[in-house]
Amino acid sequence: MNFDSDLQQLVFGRLTLEAIPLHEPIIIWTFAAVAVLGGAVLAAITRYRLWGYLWNEWFTSVDHKKIGIMYIILALVMFLRGLADAIMLRLHQAMASGGGEGYLNAHHYDQIFTAHGVIMIFFVAMPLVTGLMNYVMPLQIGARDVAFPFLNNFSFWMTTSGAVLVMASLFVGEFAQTGWLAYPPLSGIEASPWVGVDYYLWSLQIAGVGTTLSGINLIVTIVKMRCPGMKYMRMPVFTWTTLCTNILIVATFPILTAVLALLTLDRYVGTHFFTNDMGGSPMMYVNLIWIWGHPEVYILVLPAFGVYSEVVATYCGKRLFGYTSMVYATAAIMILSYLVWLHHFFTMGSGASVNTFFGITTMIISIPTGAKIFNWLFTMYKGRIRFEVPMMWTVGFMLTFVVGGMTGVLLAVPPADFVLHNSLFLVAHFHNTIIGGVVFGMFAGIVYWFPKAFGFRADPFWGKVSFWCWLVGFWVAFMPVYILGLMGVTRRISQFEDTSLHILFVAAAVGVSLIFIGTLAFVAQFAVGFLRRKAYADTTGDPWNGRTLEWAVSSPPPAYNFAFTLVVHGIDAWWDMKSRGYTRPLAGFRPVHMPKNTGMGVVLAGLSLVLGFALIWHIWWLAAVSLATLIAAAIAHTFNYSRDYYIPASEVAATEETRTRLLAGKVAS
Amino acid sequence: MAANPHDAGTVHAGNHRHDSGEAHGTVNGYVTGFVLSAILTVIPFWLVINGTLGSPALTAIAVMALGVAQIVVQMVYFLHMNARSEGGWTLMAFVFTIIIIVIAIAGSMWVMHHLNTHMMPMTPEQAQSLP
Amino acid sequence: MTKHISPSDIQGAPVFFVTEDEGDHGHHETGTMLGFWVYLMSDCLIFASLFAVHAVLGRSYAGGPAPVDLFDLNQVLVSTAALLISSITYGFAVIAMQQGNKAGTLRWLAVTGVFGLAFLGLTIFEFYHLIHIGATPQVSAFLSSFFTLVGTHALHVAFGVIWLGVLLVQISQRGIGEANARRVMCLSMFWHFLDLVWVVVFSFVYLIGVL
Repeated sequence: MNFDSDLQQLVFGRLTLEAIPLHEPIIIWTFAAVAVLGGAVLAAITRYRLWGYLWNEWFTSVDHKKIGIMYIILALVMFLRGLADAIMLRLHQAMASGGGEGYLNAHHYDQIFTAHGVIMIFFVAMPLVTGLMNYVMPLQIGARDVAFPFLNNFSFWMTTSGAVLVMASLFVGEFAQTGWLAYPPLSGIEASPWVGVDYYLWSLQIAGVGTTLSGINLIVTIVKMRCPGMKYMRMPVFTWTTLCTNILIVATFPILTAVLALLTLDRYVGTHFFTNDMGGSPMMYVNLIWIWGHPEVYILVLPAFGVYSEVVATYCGKRLFGYTSMVYATAAIMILSYLVWLHHFFTMGSGASVNTFFGITTMIISIPTGAKIFNWLFTMYKGRIRFEVPMMWTVGFMLTFVVGGMTGVLLAVPPADFVLHNSLFLVAHFHNTIIGGVVFGMFAGIVYWFPKAFGFRADPFWGKVSFWCWLVGFWVAFMPVYILGLMGVTRRISQFEDTSLHILFVAAAVGVSLIFIGTLAFVAQFAVGFLRRKAYADTTGDPWNGRTLEWAVSSPPPAYNFAFTLVVHGIDAWWDMKSRGYTRPLAGFRPVHMPKNTGMGVVLAGLSLVLGFALIWHIWWLAAVSLATLIAAAIAHTFNYSRDYYIPASEVAATEETRTRLLAGKVAS
Repeated sequence: MAANPHDAGTVHAGNHRHDSGEAHGTVNGYVTGFVLSAILTVIPFWLVINGTLGSPALTAIAVMALGVAQIVVQMVYFLHMNARSEGGWTLMAFVFTIIIIVIAIAGSMWVMHHLNTHMMPMTPEQAQSLP
Repeated sequence: MTKHISPSDIQGAPVFFVTEDEGDHGHHETGTMLGFWVYLMSDCLIFASLFAVHAVLGRSYAGGPAPVDLFDLNQVLVSTAALLISSITYGFAVIAMQQGNKAGTLRWLAVTGVFGLAFLGLTIFEFYHLIHIGATPQVSAFLSSFFTLVGTHALHVAFGVIWLGVLLVQISQRGIGEANARRVMCLSMFWHFLDLVWVVVFSFVYLIGVL
């Protein structure tokens, strides 16, 4: 018996059948639903023989456009999970604030709010941002791909591996119950002995590798691969925000990697970095993780600011007001975002001088953001505004985000923060900025560039339904949360004694259901667009009368993006070309040098996933094997010297000929 | 084939080919760097082992200054750092990184020092006698 | 800043596209050196985080041994010498490579690898000694931080040595081609970068530690 259990531990580590939460009916039903739906999808793929297509055309693709689309699909799938978590939390609180007990036990509730935060930040917002940057930026600078196409594919699969690990925690074991930043000592080995925090640590580490590499990749792409004439001060604002965001990624994610590694050592080796005893300091963890954490929120919101800049200029038919100030504001935010981190823990007790410094820097950082708002408003002023769906998201953003910014300045005052710290007021504040800023921006960007990616527009009716449900739903959901915070309700609490607050929780639940409808409508606009793709087809490649280079190519763009290297003469390059009578070259095509597809990214990321799983469950032999295989596979990959090929000139000519006919209206899409 | 694209309004901005300004090392350069580094390594060890300067604070400052000097020497002679390589991006990235490092380390020390003095009002002697 | 270039600013008709010449050599590879440098900067920040932790927790001995009880500065000096010598031998490898001297490149790279291994051996010996006398990472925050910081550096050196071995095979198989030359230059940056980090480690952790 003892021998058996030793053997079992050797083979399976901590993994036993009890690890599968059979006692939680909610999880069992979820699992059943996921199994049925997932099985149906897999069966359909097999039935229609799509595996080869998916593998050859998508999974192994090094095309930045396809990788960008895959990032966004990953983000939207994970968004459904994160939203489901949000709905469960709101429903539980609505039930548990009226004198009832709700339907979630505390253990489950704690996992849900942790998973909600982790998923929404790391596996929704980050892939959305990275996906959009990946898709759009190379087109905007007139490049044919990113600087390191294989690395791009690998980064995507590492992010996906992290996401898979988080999803696996739902059915095998548990997730962390610590909140999204896993503060010790709660996340230490004494308070969280089982696998929840380990799932958290390894999924973020694996995804973090992908994020950092993708950051390096996009920086080098912008520095090295701009087309002739595309000087820095002629780059589209979205490209500028991409540059600043990726600099922030490269300069902050290592700090997250380091601090999570130290927590991992505390848990696995028994070191004393963040323990209460033997000289450790839990507050050092909090300090370090926010040195990453604050720039992280700007990593998310800067690309959204870039999207708004493109959208406003396009739909107002004007060049962006204050381009230079926009660039400098972005750069200023980039630097200042490193000087405010302590405002996340004013209450830790480092005294008046420290708190004053960080309070003031926090107020200062709102200035460049405010400048941007004025730039967008002045762009709209006297513009011929077309209220297409992306423009509506942008106006909704300006109204919503300003309120979030103002509550942020309020929280930047340390004495006020002492009252509001860890209250639902704070929760409402950051949802106000992240939904109002990042989510609206990403949704605007997706709808704006959707015709570019797929060759037909999304359905505007369902787009507007989605926008109004989200906008109204957001305000209905989070204004009560602000009030609850002012009334003193703290975050992450599952039970409430005071039934007088019940009505506010119910209102918030109504709000989240509106957001849910908005999300369904958001998906519906693409589905309906697909069904009516003949009517919505974009034959010109420039459906919105755009201003930047991505609109110079067909929709969807050919694999090589640009048959010829473009030459740029000013800001808003495509607008300039259109207004000065640019004519497409119709002959003289050359072979195009392109990178080859490779399955190595999938292999390496898959091995990382196995390694992470083995480490979480203490299956040491599997960890050793997968690590050794990972290193061997990476080395083997470096022996592959033939990584590129030429698209023959005849193929380029044929592709361009198709576009010529499409532009002339000779062929129906 | 095509006409000169670099008309009056444009400057060749992207697609740098061989104009990266990357310096190549020479034997002399490496040897100079090596000798300087060796000297800048031996001095701090000697200062600490022999306690020549007397005061630990003074020694610490000297060690740090010599360390910084050696870093500069190695950046110049081994990593061939200059303001021209990669269009200035190498140096710019390095300076930016140094700024972030200074903010992170100095900020952490400042913040945690204040925290410790506020939360644990005791002298180092008292702290040492703790179990 | 909003100076718009009108057609009249430009002599003749504007040129909106160019045909690249035949000598287009792998446009997606020209950024490798910059990309690797940016990676090194991000790695630098991992070390910076560890140094920040050491700066804050490096004097938290928790009643356990302090640096002055543990560190053998003579041995650290030998380690430092090994790493510094490996830096210059790597430099010689690069020079040999730039002269197209394959045998010289291989020889100097191998010498570099030997000194790298010597450095690793000394680190392992030091760790073994410390653990043997009971100064394990679990004893105090100071020791946790020391082992992690020096261990992370040693892991990087180990990774560099593995990479060096792979490069030796690749150069002897394929000679110094464009791809291999680029790899030698990347590893050169990596190797010198590790020496740089070591300067901070011996100054900040060892020398200032024992004061």
